[in-house]
Amino acid sequence: MLQPESGGPVPAPRDTGARRISVFLSRHPRLRLSLLLSAPLFWLGLVYIVALAALLITALWTVDTFTGTITQTWTLDNIVTVLTGSLYQTVTLRTLGVAVVVTVVDVLVALPIAFYMAKVASTRWQRVLVIAVLMPLWASYLVKAYAWRSVLSSDGIVDWLVAPFGGQTPGYGLPATVITLAYLWLPYVILPIYAGLERVPDSLLEASGDLGGRTGSTLRLVVLPMIWPAIIAGSIFSFSLTLGDYITVNIVGGANQMLGNLVYTNVGAANNLPLAAAIALIPIVIIFGYLAAVRRTGALDNL
Amino acid sequence: MNRHAPHRNSKLTALTGLAIASIALLTACGTTTSGATKPTASAPTALGANEGAVSILAWPGYVEDGSNDPTVDWVSAFQDETGCKVTSKTYGTSDEAFNLMKTGDYDVVAASGDASLRLVAAGDVAPVNTDLIPNYAGIYDFLKLQAWNSVDGISYGIPHGYGANLLMYNKNVVTPAPTSWDVVFDKSSAYKGKVTAYDSPIYIADAAMYLMKHQPDLGIKNPYALDEKQLAAAVDLLKQQRPNIGEYWSDYLKSVQSFETGDTVVGTTWQVIRNSLAAGTPAEVTVPSEGVTGWSDTWMIASKAAHPNCAYAWLNYIASPKANAQATEYFGEAPSNQKACEFMTDPNQCATYHAGDADYASKIWYWTTPIAKCIDGRTDVTCTDYAAWTTAWQEIKG
Repeated sequence: MLQPESGGPVPAPRDTGARRISVFLSRHPRLRLSLLLSAPLFWLGLVYIVALAALLITALWTVDTFTGTITQTWTLDNIVTVLTGSLYQTVTLRTLGVAVVVTVVDVLVALPIAFYMAKVASTRWQRVLVIAVLMPLWASYLVKAYAWRSVLSSDGIVDWLVAPFGGQTPGYGLPATVITLAYLWLPYVILPIYAGLERVPDSLLEASGDLGGRTGSTLRLVVLPMIWPAIIAGSIFSFSLTLGDYITVNIVGGANQMLGNLVYTNVGAANNLPLAAAIALIPIVIIFGYLAAVRRTGALDNL
Repeated sequence: MNRHAPHRNSKLTALTGLAIASIALLTACGTTTSGATKPTASAPTALGANEGAVSILAWPGYVEDGSNDPTVDWVSAFQDETGCKVTSKTYGTSDEAFNLMKTGDYDVVAASGDASLRLVAAGDVAPVNTDLIPNYAGIYDFLKLQAWNSVDGISYGIPHGYGANLLMYNKNVVTPAPTSWDVVFDKSSAYKGKVTAYDSPIYIADAAMYLMKHQPDLGIKNPYALDEKQLAAAVDLLKQQRPNIGEYWSDYLKSVQSFETGDTVVGTTWQVIRNSLAAGTPAEVTVPSEGVTGWSDTWMIASKAAHPNCAYAWLNYIASPKANAQATEYFGEAPSNQKACEFMTDPNQCATYHAGDADYASKIWYWTTPIAKCIDGRTDVTCTDYAAWTTAWQEIKG
C-alpha cells in the first residue's frame, strides 16, 4: 500500500446520514437510476400517457341523456358513430383540407423570407428581421383573429383595396379561415426553416456556383435537401395547430365548423364528454400518422 | 436478430405497464362519479337564521358588486341588509351553467329556460316555497308557474327578466320591411351569404314556430315539443336555410359588428344588440307575424345548497323592484317586477323592452328544454329531447 508523500493519511470521512445514503446509492446503480428518472417519467406519464389513456377510456363510456351523468358501461358506440357518421367524415375532410392548405401556404411564404434572413440580409438586419417575425407572437391570438375579421369584412380594407379592380373580399368562410390561420402560424414555420438555412454553409452555395450550377439547380439540388427536415419541422407546427383550432373558424369561418368545434359543442352544448373524446381521437390519430411518416426524414431532431 | 430488440422490448413493456396502471387508476377514480341517485328535495316551510354567506352562479351582469363598474352595484346593499356575503361566478352558455351546477358549489343559479328543466330533471335544484318570498307577489302573473320555471304546478324559482329573439334587418337591403320570418327561411336565398341565425340547438324551435304557421298539417302545438317527424321537418327547413347563412352567432358582439359592416343583413337578434349598434346603422327590429322565441330567466336554489336561508334572502332581494330594475336594466331585458319600471335610470327602458306588455309577452315562446315527455300535453308520442336537438343541430351546420 502506498503512503502519501506528505500530509499524513487522509482522514476517514465522518459517518453522517447523507454519507450513508450516498454509499448505499453508489452500491445500487439501478436504484440510483430509477430515482433519477422517476420525476421526468412521472411528468411524462401524467401529462401524455395518462391524458391520452383518459381520453381513450372516456370515449368508451356513454352519457345518460336525462340526468347528464356519465354511465360507465363499456361500449364502442361513440367510436363507431365517429367513424361512420357522415357529419364526422365531412368535417374531418374539411379540417384536413384546411390544415394542408394552411401548411402549404405557410411553407411557400416562409421559404423566401427565411432565405433572405439567413443568406442575404446583413447581421444587423438579420436581428431586426428575427424580431419582426417574432413580434406578432406578442399580441394575443384573439386580437389577431378579430383584426382579420374586420380586415375581411365587406367594408374592410381588403374590399377597399380590390374594389377598383372589380374584386371583392372573400368574406367569412374557409378562404378567410385559411388566410387567418396561415398568418397566425407563420412565425412557427419561418423560424425552423431559418434555423435550417443558417446551418447550410455558404461555401456549399459557392462550390455549386463554381461547378456551373445555376441558381435554380443550386436551390433544388443543394439547399432543398439540406433544409427539408426543417421544412417538415415547420409544417408539423402549422399542420397540428390547425387541426386543433376552433376559435379562428368561429370568428372568420362563417357558418363552417371544424373538428375542434364539434369537440367544443359536445363538451359544452351537448354535455356529451364521451362523444367529444371520441372526436378528439381523430386529430390525434392523424397527427400520430403524420409524425410516423416524417420520423424517417429526421425532421423531429429539428423541433 | 436486431441487437437493439431486447432493449426496445423492455421499454415497450414498461410503457404498456404504465398505461395499464394508469387505466386501472382512472377506472378506480371514475367509478365514484356514477350511480348518483336522484334526490327527492322538498321546499322548506320556514326559514332559519341567515348563514352569513351565499354562492351564486349567474349570467354576466346579473350579480354586480361594483368590481366591474363602481356605479353598478346591487350586491353591497344586499350584504348590508342580510349579512350574507356574496361570492359569484358567471357563465357563458346555459350548458356551462348546467355543468357547473353539477359541482354542488353553488347555492343559487340564474337559469334560462333551456337549462331550468334539465336542472330539475337532474335533481340539481329544489322546489322553491314562494310563500317565503314576500316580493314574489310583485312579479307579473304571466311569468309565474310557467313550463320553464315549474313542474306539475310546483314552483322551482323566481322569474328574473325576459326578452325576445327578434328579427333584425338592414333597411337599405331588405325591402319592403319584412313582416314574416320567411325572409330567413323560404325567401332567404335573396340574401344568400348575409343571413344570420343563433348558434344553438335551441334555434330549432324558431324553425318549428315558423312551421306551426306555414305547415299546419305537421300539427306542431309547441315549438319545444317536437316528435320525430316534426323535428325532421324543422331540420329540413334549417338545412335549406344553411347555404344562405353567412354566419351563426352566439357572441352578441360578433352580431353587432356584422350588422354594422353589412356582412349580415337579416336574422335573429336581441333588443340589446339593436341598442348596441353604432348610430346610423340602418337596422331595425320587428316581431314577425309568426311570433318570436325568447328567454325568461329564473332564480333557482340548489337542492344541496349549503346556505339555504341566505339563498332565499337573495331570491327575495333580487325580486324587489329596485334590485330587479338595476339588474335587468344593466343586462338589457324586461324586468319581472311590476314596480321595477319606477326605478329605471332610463325612463324609456320599460317601453323599449315592452315590460309588462302581456300581449307582447304572449307572442313569445320562451326557451324551454325539450324533454322526452311532450310538454304540449301529448301522451301518445315521445318527443325529441335536447340531446337529439344537439345532434340535429350539428348535422344542420355540417
